[in-house]
Amino acid sequence: MLKDIEGMMRTGRLPHIWCPGCGNGIVMKAMLEAIHESGLNTDKIVVVSGIGCSSRAPGYLNFDTVHTTHGRALAFATGIKLAKPELSVFVVTGDGDGTAIGGNHLIHAARRNIDLNVILFNNNIYGMTGGQYSPLTPQGRFATTSPYGNLERSFDICDLVRGAGATYVGRGTVYHTKLLTELVKSAIRNKGFSFVEAVSICPVSYGRRNKLGSAPEMLKWLRDNAVAVKAARAMEPEKLAGKFVIGELYRETAPEYTELYAGLIARIKEGS
Amino acid sequence: MNRERKAQLLQGNQACSLAAIDAGVRFYAGYPITPSTEIAEFMAEHLPRIGGKFIQMEDELGGMGAVLGAALTGAKVITATSGPGFSLKQENIGFAAMAEIPCVIVNVQRMGPSTGGPTSPAQGDIMQARWGTHGDHPIIALSPASVLETYELTVKAVNFAEKFRVPVIILLDEVVGHMREKVVLPDPAELEVVDRKRPAVLPGSYRPYETDDTGIPAMADFGTGYRWHVTGLTHNEEGAPTGQADSVERQLTRLFTKLDRYEEEITLYKTFKTADASCLFITFGCTARSAAEAVNILREEGLKAGLLQLQTIWPFPRKVVKELTRDKELVFVPELNWGQLRGEVEKYAPGKEKLYGINKINGELITPQEIAARVKEVAKAC
Repeated sequence: MLKDIEGMMRTGRLPHIWCPGCGNGIVMKAMLEAIHESGLNTDKIVVVSGIGCSSRAPGYLNFDTVHTTHGRALAFATGIKLAKPELSVFVVTGDGDGTAIGGNHLIHAARRNIDLNVILFNNNIYGMTGGQYSPLTPQGRFATTSPYGNLERSFDICDLVRGAGATYVGRGTVYHTKLLTELVKSAIRNKGFSFVEAVSICPVSYGRRNKLGSAPEMLKWLRDNAVAVKAARAMEPEKLAGKFVIGELYRETAPEYTELYAGLIARIKEGS
Repeated sequence: MNRERKAQLLQGNQACSLAAIDAGVRFYAGYPITPSTEIAEFMAEHLPRIGGKFIQMEDELGGMGAVLGAALTGAKVITATSGPGFSLKQENIGFAAMAEIPCVIVNVQRMGPSTGGPTSPAQGDIMQARWGTHGDHPIIALSPASVLETYELTVKAVNFAEKFRVPVIILLDEVVGHMREKVVLPDPAELEVVDRKRPAVLPGSYRPYETDDTGIPAMADFGTGYRWHVTGLTHNEEGAPTGQADSVERQLTRLFTKLDRYEEEITLYKTFKTADASCLFITFGCTARSAAEAVNILREEGLKAGLLQLQTIWPFPRKVVKELTRDKELVFVPELNWGQLRGEVEKYAPGKEKLYGINKINGELITPQEIAARVKEVAKAC
């Protein structure tokens, strides 16, 4: 397996820039495993990112890759997919990039149900700029710009994209790596807007400031506080308080945007 | 869409859209804003008929991002906007300059600053076109004065974008964008259409920012196996981000100077009765129409006036400005702003004390009579 994945990496560009203990490499590996196991044609894969720690991933991946402007990965990806629908388009984004500056594109790409596979690396913080709070930093947590504790409530980003029209939504973590791979595989299979939240860890900019311990301790926290979707359904709400649900959260079938557009072109040509 | 070679009544914005399609544009993404909306509406109707794609994005930033994404797959792309929308597009225009992605941005200028005057003509985005995004960067900006010129310069814009891998801005103004004129368009089959240079090497040895002696790197379409990396970060010949001073300097120097050797090809202008002129107007867009008529008025009264109409605004046509102003007694720069073009003319026109602006910022045109009156006033004082 490792060999198969290695072929999908620009190994000459290693070592990567991520800090020791960072979860981003684990998400990237899960994504590559999913691509490999799905048997996609690697010449037809495009990976698009915005700005931030997670968004550096495409630079290490041996596909057609674009590291765009902050928050705009989904806009670029929409253009790529619409112009050339035969491409498999992945969007790698972070919690700041995808839900703050890029929030508008996120809800509208979901609304269109355009066939993109979005993997949101959620480390609860702006890592690259040094630890400022993001829309996914939990209330009360500390960041360089919330030195007295974060006053803002955080998004449940999976609920948000589901509400906006995404047809596949899943959440995994960097502890539950097999699940993460399976979620990305399901996202690839779904013809439409697919969203996978990968709960990651940032021991340096988030964990340290919030006294969450070392990277292994943060991983253990993920293990102990994640509840599988099936188990969660059987649990009392008060037992679920403070925990988070992982697994396939939502799936539905709806017309996909580029297919609708192809239909439009066919319809006009027939009529003319 | 009337494609017959006969006279038709056509609007500037429509001529722009038609020209883009004739030049090979097959992708439009944008966000509606007055006075540019007719371009989006035309594209929404006509692009799918020929297998092209139109998408109305959620905002201006998204519109600019989507056209750049489409351009990476090999499509020729265009977007249209106006002042405030143009401001919002700037970061991604900078990305296009840095990553060398061909694209055309139409800015149908309106009065500013801020929301300004949505349907009032203005020519105040000269500097925004050049320096709206951060950092030094190459850019081309063209500005037509008539419906037919709008067609011709839009074809040029698409070709320049493809040939030089730069963002090309079409600076229309509200008057030219909304004006309807009788035109006979050229046969699209006879147009010179330029396609970007694709790599001649096999995917394994493709270095996306390595150039031959043209200074313009070859560009592979996404999905054809070349697997290259595009970034707005300073990057090396491989496209990999780098902060190494020598590598950064090499690539940025190439980027900043890549249009220099093509200056003559890019510099487009028209002259009207300049040969014997003692008084010269330098202007562009709708104001050039008023200035041309002012030339006629003044000549009837015995004052030898002439007009240099700049069609290329950026890179600034410094050589022709220098050449044509050399022996002139008086030089006037009429424009619908506070003097943006005049500042550039001052850099290259000798005898700065003889340089006068004729400016109007109230949302109305400068009339030929106003231009002529100002010239006579100055001439009397001399």
